[in-house]
Amino acid sequence: MSQHNTGHEHASGESHGSLKSYVIGFIFSIVLTIIPLVIVMNGLLNKTQTVITIMIMAVLQLIVQLFFFMHIREGEKPRWNVMTLIVGIIIVLTIVGGSIWIMSFNSTVQ
Amino acid sequence: MWENIKDFASTFFVTGDPLIYGADVSIALTSIAIVFVLTYFKKWTWLWREWITTVDHKRIGIMYLIASLLMLFRGGVDALLMRTQLALPNMKFLQADHYNAVFTTHGTIMILFMAMPMMFALFNLVVPLQLGARDVAYPFLNSLSFWLFLMGAMLFNLSFVIGGSPDAGWLSYPPLSELSHSPGVGENFYIWGIQISGIGSLATGINFLVTILKMRAPGMKMMKMPLFSWSVLSSSIIIIFAFPILTVTLALLFLDRFLGAHFFTMDLGGNPMMYVNLIWMWGHPEVYIVVLPAFGIFSEVVATFSKKKIFGYNSMVFSMMLISIVSFFTWAHHFFTMGASANVNVFFAISTMVIGIPTGVKIFNWLFTMFRGRITITQPMLWTLGFIPCFAVGGATGVMLAVAPADYQYHNSYFLIAHFHQVLIGGVVFGYLAGIYYWWPKVFGFKLNDRLGKWAFWLWNIGFYVCFMPQYALGFMGMTRRLYTYGSDTGWDLGWAPLNLISTVGAFLMGLGFIFQVWQISYSIRKGERDLTGDPWGGRTLEWSIPSPAPMYNFAVEPQVTTDDAWWKVKEDRAKGIKPAPVKYEPIHMPKNSAIPFVMSVCWFIAGFGFVFDWMWMAIPGLIGVAICLLARSFSYDTDYYIPVDEIERTEAALRGRTV
Repeated sequence: MSQHNTGHEHASGESHGSLKSYVIGFIFSIVLTIIPLVIVMNGLLNKTQTVITIMIMAVLQLIVQLFFFMHIREGEKPRWNVMTLIVGIIIVLTIVGGSIWIMSFNSTVQ
Repeated sequence: MWENIKDFASTFFVTGDPLIYGADVSIALTSIAIVFVLTYFKKWTWLWREWITTVDHKRIGIMYLIASLLMLFRGGVDALLMRTQLALPNMKFLQADHYNAVFTTHGTIMILFMAMPMMFALFNLVVPLQLGARDVAYPFLNSLSFWLFLMGAMLFNLSFVIGGSPDAGWLSYPPLSELSHSPGVGENFYIWGIQISGIGSLATGINFLVTILKMRAPGMKMMKMPLFSWSVLSSSIIIIFAFPILTVTLALLFLDRFLGAHFFTMDLGGNPMMYVNLIWMWGHPEVYIVVLPAFGIFSEVVATFSKKKIFGYNSMVFSMMLISIVSFFTWAHHFFTMGASANVNVFFAISTMVIGIPTGVKIFNWLFTMFRGRITITQPMLWTLGFIPCFAVGGATGVMLAVAPADYQYHNSYFLIAHFHQVLIGGVVFGYLAGIYYWWPKVFGFKLNDRLGKWAFWLWNIGFYVCFMPQYALGFMGMTRRLYTYGSDTGWDLGWAPLNLISTVGAFLMGLGFIFQVWQISYSIRKGERDLTGDPWGGRTLEWSIPSPAPMYNFAVEPQVTTDDAWWKVKEDRAKGIKPAPVKYEPIHMPKNSAIPFVMSVCWFIAGFGFVFDWMWMAIPGLIGVAICLLARSFSYDTDYYIPVDEIERTEAALRGRTV
């Protein structure tokens, strides 16, 4: 019975991080969004530098989301969230790597 | 003033085609009829309380089912329109642009608004019952998913009477779908219809993943779980990883159209090929999303009607999980001809052939399950038996298409059309229909008439081959897809016309099959054989252990599971004379109904409609409404209640009294 209702009870009762961690996460994610925006809008860096900066910010953003909002460290065994994360990383690498590989014909065409 | 209104109306409403006017009239009449019936029988509050605000997975499943059957009708009418246009050379039945709109909506509706909701219907109707659970993990989210899907579907369907249908193909490839080539609102309808329902699909994937991982009855280890639930798990995993790709891709296309970005345009650094690459990263896993649950259904049906345990349970589980991972590594086979390097094509050709292996394993497992079983040919079994040869041929032609050099010949020909219809109709539609016939008595408490069902099956099955076998030949003869007409020279001299005519006859046979099914349902509602036992087929899994239709809380007492095929074990124990443990009821914790999912989805609809027409005065209030609904839900704490023991006792006594 009790195990069955976890889905409903979690919503109100148990704590999922403090207000402080949420605020910190929120500030981080805003800052990480503003940095690339400012760089692109003002043309502060050259093209390669801009692309690399945006990518770094994106990865940091992902980490912030996972730790401050997705609570990747919490949860009981079995560690479904870690398993899902591993599959997710594989898929993301496939998407990015696969796209670069497939679309690289474009550079030879142009 | 009057001129302005007339001007607005002539662009706002689709005009000029008598077919559209006919549709306008029938939509108006149907709406009036529905409003009249609801008002006359004073059913508005009933509709609101029992259906619109419900969070009960069984009711949500029924609503998904109704919606998907309606969409099957619409997509089917689209198909028949196309086949009529192609029946003979130089047909003047549809205009070229109308034909483009029809094949676009046919594809989009059949995959996203027919197959997906029919699949979610089966998820909802079956999974919690199979797991011995009282509801899904997130009942509120479940309701929200349904209403988002429905609003997205309605938005998409609206396009053919208001504003104009999308007509850039079912995947809406740029540059054709960009503003430069499709300046109308049709593509906006496409984007927003799919985006809104896509949120719902993603949420359903998450919901069922958590339900399966967390809500199984005590003792039901993962490897004791029924195979349909396993198939839902693998399908949900793909949904979770594939749908975000679709959302992002369409969002980028929207930015192109709405804000003048250049992700996929022809100029200023845009690259339309990137869209093709991205959309198929969703598109290919999507076909496995819809076909895996069909595999699960066949596994249940074959085991039940062969009176045997499924052959090779472990290999079934393993092959499904393998499919769900490998399905992410095959997407480029949809565009072998794009001109990527030979290495790319080789990789994706091989991965495509590899994914055929676990599928083949499953086919053999079903055959071995039937081998020396005591087979009864019921309707679900009939569809399963129809599926096996059909899917085997479809799979074989799929492997032919996977050969990259040969694909340069098949690409975008009718050979491809015949192939994917064979796996989608033969696999997905036959599978879901088998599932619907199988679980129908559990959901509604009566069986569907056998005689009419057999007519429907044979019409569908024969119609299918008559329709699509000629299309393989047409593909070899050089007929390409999306062709709206052909001359009498190609028609008669090259022999396209006779084959097209035969194909059209087949399509209408399937249409007739659908009419038989409508007849079958309406006949069986009145006269179908009632299911008083709760276990009409001699089932093996937990859903058959409770009365049909299931009471609101599903299981009065939580089932204790010790083996796979849990209900079969209980029945065996009873036959041996082992008494079940005495029943002791406890109060049951249930979620409360909520209007927020419906209201929020309506707000999404308003926002979507505003974005379609670029009306910010409408889109922004819609989005504000969505935000208010999110806040309202976040701050509502009174979301659950307990069903007291005496109420359970009364319900059970009434149900079981009927049962015994």
